[in-house]
Amino acid sequence: MTSTRKQDIILAGVGGQGILSIAYIIDSAALKEGFSIKQAEVHGMSQRGGAVQSHLRLSRDLIWSDLIPRGEADMILSVEPLETLRYLDFLHPQGKVVTSSTPYINIPDYPERDTLLAELRKIPGSIIVDSEKLAKEAGSSRTQNTVVLGAASKYLVLKEETLLEFIRVLFAPRGEVILEANLKAFALGREAAL
Amino acid sequence: MQKEILLGDEAVALGAIHAGLTAAYSYPGTPASEIMDYLIRASESHRKFIASWSVNEKVAYEEALGVSFAGKRALVSMKHVGLNVAADPFMSSSLTGANGGFVVVAADDPSMHSSQNEQDSRFFAKFAQILCFEPSDHQEAYDMTRQAFDLSERMKIPVMVRMVTRLAHSRSGVRPGEPRSQNSLKPGARQCWTLLPTNARVQFRKILDLQSKLLEFANGSPFNRLVPGPIGSRLGIITSGIAYNYVMENIGDVEPKPSILKVSTYPIPEGLIKTLMNSAETILVAEEGYPLIEGTLKGFFGIAGKNLVGKLSGHLPLAGELSPEVVRRAMDLKPLPTQKVGDFKLSSRPPQLCQGCPHADTFNALKKALKGYPGSTIFSDIGCYTLGYYPPYNAVDSCVCMGASVGMAKGGAEAGIHPSIAVIGDSTFGHSGMTSLLSAAAFNTNMVLIVLDNCTVAMTGGQPSFATGERLLKIIEGVGVPKEHIRVIEPLPKNLETNAGILKEEIQHPGISVVVSVRECLEEARKKKKR
Repeated sequence: MTSTRKQDIILAGVGGQGILSIAYIIDSAALKEGFSIKQAEVHGMSQRGGAVQSHLRLSRDLIWSDLIPRGEADMILSVEPLETLRYLDFLHPQGKVVTSSTPYINIPDYPERDTLLAELRKIPGSIIVDSEKLAKEAGSSRTQNTVVLGAASKYLVLKEETLLEFIRVLFAPRGEVILEANLKAFALGREAAL
Repeated sequence: MQKEILLGDEAVALGAIHAGLTAAYSYPGTPASEIMDYLIRASESHRKFIASWSVNEKVAYEEALGVSFAGKRALVSMKHVGLNVAADPFMSSSLTGANGGFVVVAADDPSMHSSQNEQDSRFFAKFAQILCFEPSDHQEAYDMTRQAFDLSERMKIPVMVRMVTRLAHSRSGVRPGEPRSQNSLKPGARQCWTLLPTNARVQFRKILDLQSKLLEFANGSPFNRLVPGPIGSRLGIITSGIAYNYVMENIGDVEPKPSILKVSTYPIPEGLIKTLMNSAETILVAEEGYPLIEGTLKGFFGIAGKNLVGKLSGHLPLAGELSPEVVRRAMDLKPLPTQKVGDFKLSSRPPQLCQGCPHADTFNALKKALKGYPGSTIFSDIGCYTLGYYPPYNAVDSCVCMGASVGMAKGGAEAGIHPSIAVIGDSTFGHSGMTSLLSAAAFNTNMVLIVLDNCTVAMTGGQPSFATGERLLKIIEGVGVPKEHIRVIEPLPKNLETNAGILKEEIQHPGISVVVSVRECLEEARKKKKR
């Protein structure tokens, strides 16, 4: 833990929440900073509104497993609060949780929001951001993923400017408005995590 | 060359391009789809080779075989169950042999993330008695695909590359080599390719005689690596594919170090196995899929004086994919400490139809039309609409394989089920539903087939469908369904009553009816808008 030679991150959320966009930004930034990466994704049936996760491994050394072993994750970065809890057994005892507090309710037995937040607050040092509110403030409710990435950026082994560079690469082709909203979402998320 | 970040699937595709590929064919299916997605993107930018989706895997296989016949290099890729569809040409192509390099990629889905079974394609390679490569990482996926083309041409046989979901859908760096050019046209010899019994017997003998050469290759291939442990080390580990990564992830905690044999090619490298056996008392076999290597070693009687552990001994699970943790346990190591997990009850979140999905409206209309018919059965097929199994629809009673809905509805109707309904997507209908409809129309079976035409192959990422729109309607009419019983509906909430009414009329018709429910996939419409 707290090694700067490697960082294992579980990205979590619901299909369609933009997990793979976050993965792309972190991967590309890591590569630029000279890390090796392995990133396991979920494609196919599960992407349809189901729980999705991506195992993202950055290291200065050789990476063997494509999956993060249970107990090895340095961070859970989640765009959805219930999904955060699903992967707690992957987290190192001193691992970090950075999560959105905005529920994505598409199942009948979704827990009470307060119960859920209380559970998240029990995790030592967890960073909980209101991604819905901040995304709206940034100008687009679709930037919740970037808000959470911004919040996590304080704790990543990567430089802020490298992450910003790849936010530009990813969103610039989708137009000025979308790019600006994402840059602002990142900044707001980062600020909220301070 | 510069390192590139690729999906495992994309590494295979790039390896094929650099091996001098002339043409590639495939049918979409998780986890293989991204091979062809990549090839199509690449061919659009340089236009030096052909990359195209086919109607189904059998057709794809035969198209690729035609390219190999012509002396050029061909790739055919599919998910594991796709190879069942292509099994007919596959099994006989080991007899025709390959002329131009011919590589078959089968992508297995252990744990059934997006599949109906978890069969292990290495058994198919063994069945056809051909060579099979099993990469562990992205660089190997690239390198082995390239070498598979070379060996196919050298040994004159099709060669398989076996992928699994975790490698297919994982991203990592690949350092590509220099691309080489394509073969020139040089068609194969007719006596090899015409499998009349007189020729086939000769060809079968050739593949039998080749086995010793394949084994010799496997024993000498640098992809099969034996790293002996220190003297006195009594543990030997035989591992292959993705399982090798899990072994290596945990190896730092094992003392004394074991001997490790990484198996990357099949037939199983017998010579290397024997060498490992000599030094080890306990042998752990860790392989993803069915226990092919372990079962071969164990045979009926096990190995005298040795302790063989793996899936068959219960040290590793027989079902589902492996993970770093389960392999760790089999290596006799303690689990790593983790964050404390409370007793919070986690609601599960299975995949479901998107908000506003046209399939939901079709199911709603169908459920309404079926009120008052307690004996009804809805035979479904492979696609997003299989999710209609779950609440609130509870509208699916079966899902077996591509196209099964149509034949099963005919059989069900003939056994006395009424109403007997089949539900199938447009692309699945083109893949293998239309031949069954030909049969049902010929017998004028009392059933209703509902074709959900959402104009795409939605579940695998929106690949083009062959049997959609006007062509779909012409096919249905062409196979002999009476025109007055081919009905088209638009699945929208506002059309619920009308659509249920039309479905009910066709349920009441005592013969074959087809209702085509047409509305574009929302996800695809959204993507088009983005472009």
